[in-house]
Amino acid sequence: MQESPKYWKGIEELESSPEFIKNAFNEFDYLPVSESHGSSDATVAPRRDFLKLMGFGIAAATLASCETPVRKAIPYLNKPQEVDPGIANFYASSYFNGSEYNSVLVKTREGRPIKLEGNPNSPVTRGGLSARAQASVLSLYDQSRLQNFTIKGKAAERAQVDREIMTKLAGTTGRIAIVSPTIISPSTKRAIAAFAGRYANTEHVQYDANSQSGILRANGGVLPSFDFSKADIIVSLAADFLGTWISPVEYAAQYITNRKVSADKKTMSRHYQFEPYFSLTGSNADVRVPVKPSEMGAITVELYNAIVGGGTASPRVAKAANDLKAHRGRSLVVSGSNSAAEQTLVAAINAALGNVGASVNTATPSMLRQGDDARMLRLIDDMNRGTVGAVIFYHANPAYDHPQADKVKSGLAKVPLTISFNEKADETGSLCTYGCPDHHYLESWNDFEPRRGSLSLAQPAISPLFATRQAQDSLLTWAGSNQSYYNFLRENWRGVLGAGNFQAAWDKAVHDGVATGTASPAPTPQMAPAMSVDQAVAAIASAPKPSGTELVLYEKVAIGNGCDANNPWLQELPDPVSKATWGNYVAVPRKMAEANKWEQGDVLKVTANGKAIELPVLVQPGQPAGSVSIAIGYGREKAGKVGNKVGANAYPLATVRDNALVYMTGVTLEKTGATSPIAQTQTHHTIMDRKSVVQESTLAKYIENPKEVTEYDKIATPEGLEKPNKVSLWQDYEYKNHHWGMAIDLNSCIGCGSCVVGCQVENNVAVVGKQEVINRREMHWLRIDRYYSSDASKKDFATKGKLDTYAAMEDPSENPSVIFQPMLCQHCNHAPCETVCPVLATTHSSEGLNQMTYNRCVGTRYCANNCPYKVRRFNWFSYYSNEKFEDVNGHMFTDLGRMVLNPDVTVRARGVMEKCSFCVQRIQLGKLEAKKEKRRPMDGEVVTACAQSCPTQAIVFGDLRDPNSRVAQIWKREDGERAFKVIEAINAQPNITYLTKIRNVETKEVRNA
Amino acid sequence: MQHVSAVREPLVTGGKTYHDVTQDVCRQVEAKPNIRWMAALSVALFFLGIFLYSVYRTLWYGIGEWGLNKTVGWAWDITNFVWWVGIGHAGTLISAVLLLFRQKWRSSINRAAEAMTIFAVICAAMFPVLHMGRPWLAYWVFPFQNTFGSLWVNFNSPLLWDVFAISTYFTVSLVFWYTGLVPDFATIRDRAKGPIAKVAYSLLSFGWTGSAKHWSRYETVSLILAGVSTPLVLSVHTIVSMDFATSVVPGWHTTIFPPYFVAGAIFSGFAMVLTLMLITRVVFKLEDYITLEHIALMNKIMMITGSIVGVAYITEFFIAWYSQVEFEQYAFINRATGPYWWAYAAMMTCNVITPQLVWIRKVRYSIPLTFILSIIVNIGMWFERFVIIVTSLHRDYLPSSWVMFSPTIIDIGIYVGTLGLFFTLFLLFAKFFPVINMAEVKTILKYTVDNGPTYTGVDPHANHGHQTTTHGVPANAPVNYNKHD
Repeated sequence: MQESPKYWKGIEELESSPEFIKNAFNEFDYLPVSESHGSSDATVAPRRDFLKLMGFGIAAATLASCETPVRKAIPYLNKPQEVDPGIANFYASSYFNGSEYNSVLVKTREGRPIKLEGNPNSPVTRGGLSARAQASVLSLYDQSRLQNFTIKGKAAERAQVDREIMTKLAGTTGRIAIVSPTIISPSTKRAIAAFAGRYANTEHVQYDANSQSGILRANGGVLPSFDFSKADIIVSLAADFLGTWISPVEYAAQYITNRKVSADKKTMSRHYQFEPYFSLTGSNADVRVPVKPSEMGAITVELYNAIVGGGTASPRVAKAANDLKAHRGRSLVVSGSNSAAEQTLVAAINAALGNVGASVNTATPSMLRQGDDARMLRLIDDMNRGTVGAVIFYHANPAYDHPQADKVKSGLAKVPLTISFNEKADETGSLCTYGCPDHHYLESWNDFEPRRGSLSLAQPAISPLFATRQAQDSLLTWAGSNQSYYNFLRENWRGVLGAGNFQAAWDKAVHDGVATGTASPAPTPQMAPAMSVDQAVAAIASAPKPSGTELVLYEKVAIGNGCDANNPWLQELPDPVSKATWGNYVAVPRKMAEANKWEQGDVLKVTANGKAIELPVLVQPGQPAGSVSIAIGYGREKAGKVGNKVGANAYPLATVRDNALVYMTGVTLEKTGATSPIAQTQTHHTIMDRKSVVQESTLAKYIENPKEVTEYDKIATPEGLEKPNKVSLWQDYEYKNHHWGMAIDLNSCIGCGSCVVGCQVENNVAVVGKQEVINRREMHWLRIDRYYSSDASKKDFATKGKLDTYAAMEDPSENPSVIFQPMLCQHCNHAPCETVCPVLATTHSSEGLNQMTYNRCVGTRYCANNCPYKVRRFNWFSYYSNEKFEDVNGHMFTDLGRMVLNPDVTVRARGVMEKCSFCVQRIQLGKLEAKKEKRRPMDGEVVTACAQSCPTQAIVFGDLRDPNSRVAQIWKREDGERAFKVIEAINAQPNITYLTKIRNVETKEVRNA
Repeated sequence: MQHVSAVREPLVTGGKTYHDVTQDVCRQVEAKPNIRWMAALSVALFFLGIFLYSVYRTLWYGIGEWGLNKTVGWAWDITNFVWWVGIGHAGTLISAVLLLFRQKWRSSINRAAEAMTIFAVICAAMFPVLHMGRPWLAYWVFPFQNTFGSLWVNFNSPLLWDVFAISTYFTVSLVFWYTGLVPDFATIRDRAKGPIAKVAYSLLSFGWTGSAKHWSRYETVSLILAGVSTPLVLSVHTIVSMDFATSVVPGWHTTIFPPYFVAGAIFSGFAMVLTLMLITRVVFKLEDYITLEHIALMNKIMMITGSIVGVAYITEFFIAWYSQVEFEQYAFINRATGPYWWAYAAMMTCNVITPQLVWIRKVRYSIPLTFILSIIVNIGMWFERFVIIVTSLHRDYLPSSWVMFSPTIIDIGIYVGTLGLFFTLFLLFAKFFPVINMAEVKTILKYTVDNGPTYTGVDPHANHGHQTTTHGVPANAPVNYNKHD
């Protein structure tokens, strides 16, 4: 057999010397580096392996980074019948946070609630919506909500929790207390009753953080409903009825119907406000009298004496009393005091004036405050005595918001069974053994009766996000019922909706969100007895008068009692009067600050009743001399990332007297030496007598001649003084189809800030946090400018000289009048911003809109500099990815939070300019809807978010090309009377017209704002 | 060659020969870097590092790193931009306008002044780009064919005019400067010993041989470029001023801005030229080329332009009063007496009052006083731009938006950083490029008229080791024209 031939590569191979064999497989013999290490360490990679791996790694990394990132967009496999991607669905619902009620429409997109709008069918809130209600949609997606049931803070199975609780409840010997704020849901009350039926020793304790127990006590356990539209004279004794008191949206709508004026209706109510701090309501009053907190009682007595007692009125209440007496049956006196004595007198005054049955209605009382201070105080004592066997907190947080929070905490330790339905492990919830978190209201079925006879429903607008359970379901389960709360609710409504076709009636009620009828049980009288007028007068006289500086606690429009403190939209919504955001402060009168050499931002130690907090100073014009005011609702410890440690908790400074909470006390103030800047969105407070910016006049002048209340800018031309638009560099635009425009009635705007939040929600406006507000970089597209009046004016030029006068005009008066001016992009026809953009990123649309093209913007900010109205907002940072904003703007960082974003509006990138678009997405939708039906959009179909949310209809939006639209009518009607454009002389020709504010003051003299 | 009166003071002192000029100028190019230069460069590089860090922060996190806010959209950025552009002005003025007016004394300083122009414009150009929210899209300001559809730039926008003005200005200045450098590069190339230097300067000198034809073209190009750049002296700052003048902001909306800005630019430009020249002549021992006469002349120009600026300041106030527009009036009252009164006071003192000291002969011939004065003017002109930009913006129409502006550390970092960038470039220029135009200076030596001293083959510097003149003539003495070897 022949061997196969063998070939050699060289003679060396043939010879196969040992040297050759050694090197045969070592290709790069001459290299100083050996191919493999002799190292015994297996982890050391040989050079070639390293290179191979590196090469592979680079290639793989390159390939991977070339790939488009995967964005999960899952189409519906089984599309729900009512959901069309890209088309919003609206569901009627109701918002009630324990103090404020709004009937709402929930806008959902692809099954996610993204915005709330007012429900125009509601007889209570009439389509208005408060800032807090607007913002509540964000609370749904709050990461700090409890995501499942807990036992001692640790996640637990719901069944196990139920088992343990039911066992313990069955074995409870002491009293069982359910602690909640006011509950206006009839069915919830029945669910509580069902629970009480099973556990006989149950007591339902309601208390309100900002208590109105006094008015309930004075009126036999009922809270009369008020109608401000039926009052020609309104006297408010520290009741902030437009901002925070009981039902501000409802009252604002009533209030304004009697305040709107036109050439055909030259009447309006006169509003007196006596108050110990500067409230939103006070800033709208025609006559505002600052009164020291301790003298509010005396004022009430004086007013009572002047009207009922028949004595001569003291000078400070004389005018109000005379006006009241001249308008018997057409007036209204309200008091925000929690003192039953003062409320007794107020009730007597209203009765004496014949207002009961007109502006005061006890037949269909309001249900919005049912808290009983005495009952809560007794419970706290009982808890400490150890006689309470179980306590269930239902959205109540007394460990934070009760003045006796310390006693609540010590008492809780002595209660064997503690359960919390609170949505979060908040100050109280975290002290409870069992956390049984309730659904968010947008995930719940519920009913409400804000006013007897007016019912409304809440329906879930989304499946529960977390493993929570509706509190009523929990109560029913523990009561041993197998019925779901939904069925329970329906059963209750059978009685309301009558005997006819229940399903049809129910469907209509769910659809409308509101129904008439009553389902609430009779009111429980307050524990403390009512008092007679004489007792009341005596009680006021004997009330202790603090010597020295006095403190009054108040509630802010945005943050309220603090339950929504974790909502960044509310934290960043400026206080209507002080324009401060992110925290509370000690509001001191200017003279006090000067006397003590306090500068704004100096931190003071505030000591009252043996408790001390530290807060910065804010110099507040209009704060009564010798007194200071501090807002409650701040200083949360366990609200969540946003709300924790913002400001300081002022609740402990409140006191208890006569079984009622008293929100005023004597204080000592000491400078600590520290400073803490206050984040204000406005730091210059006076108008500098610039009439062309904002205008006001008096009713007397208006009645005399409506054509003389507004001063129009004129420019000098060879033909004499002319309207500014007579001379122009630019050609006018021709609008062939639509011309969108707006009218803002300064007489109707109360400055509540609802539009600001509405705009923020609609347009995905970023929250920037305290430091960036201090840096003056808040992003609000719509702001409300607030101007205080000054004692100086241009009239002083001749006598005092220009320099001194200008300096003096910077200082507000001691008790200034206030004017609010919503300021947003004016959509100028000759827009200064449009000409200066080098890349045409901001242009004019064929419908009169000034459009911002984010994609094209390179961010020179020239447009913002050249905007006379300063409404343009620059994206200084990447607010959705820069870690600095993760706490405050967190909803743009997580998938959960991003569900709230409006998919129709871009989230703006870093480095681009943004501003009000007149809600162009809503305009587009309105046009398309009309087009589908082959018609033009009707007036009122296209509404911007701000106009939609305004409780007083101060903002009217529409098509100026449509002569019958409301906005066109107003422009036409008010032309030459109240309609003016801001700084008209520069001829930017805005598409927004403002209407001059009219004050119903006694004089004809216009005070300089 | 031309006739120069015998009684006229020579423009170059020290009895320099052609060879001396070459030697003096080439010395620092060819010598090893000296310690003072190294030290200066280290400092400049340190500030350049600050610049790079500040730019990194700006680009990575956004403009929010600066102190700007919703009302004051421009502050230090555009202040610095206008300041740097203004500084750049003197270069063009010296090289172009003075060339056209046949001001021979410009020859010893024009090279450095032009270099200063180019570096100042580079520094200035940093700001329009960096101040953008999205600087990576800066090229969108050019009207180029694009794939974005029918998008085009906005020819109404003064910022677009700026783009054209600055880019034209930069290009023309660069070409002008470089053209002048070519013969001198050739000189250095011919003397170069090291291989790198030989190649580098060969490339830089574009094959210059010094033939008559080359010189003829050189002269022609210089004249044409001078003609082209003369309108630029007026146009650039006119257009920069229109960024403000065409707006509606009270305090910006002013028709006087174009002449006022041009005068201010020349003012600050000459101040900066003086600052740099006074340092350069000492560091590189060029006292004979940049003489006291130069310094005095530049001082005079500075004083005149400073006075024009002063008149403009007063005119603005007059117009504000005369117009009877309340916003305009308040803008100026606020400028002088508002919260930024100190910036206004600084501006008035530095720009209007101190330059008047130049009327005193002793001051304008004093090197230390001139140096201090030039620094004061630079500071004053920075404040002028700050006053115009910030005090106008911070209180405009709606008092609700009135704010204060305060810079952040990054604002400051970018500003001092551009100083670092400027001096880094200038020091590199001074080391590797001839800081004085040898070819042109040779034409103004007085001996070119008559029989001046000529090169003997003996290098006086090699013999004596210190600054002397040929044949024992003291540096500050007039040349002895009778002397002849």
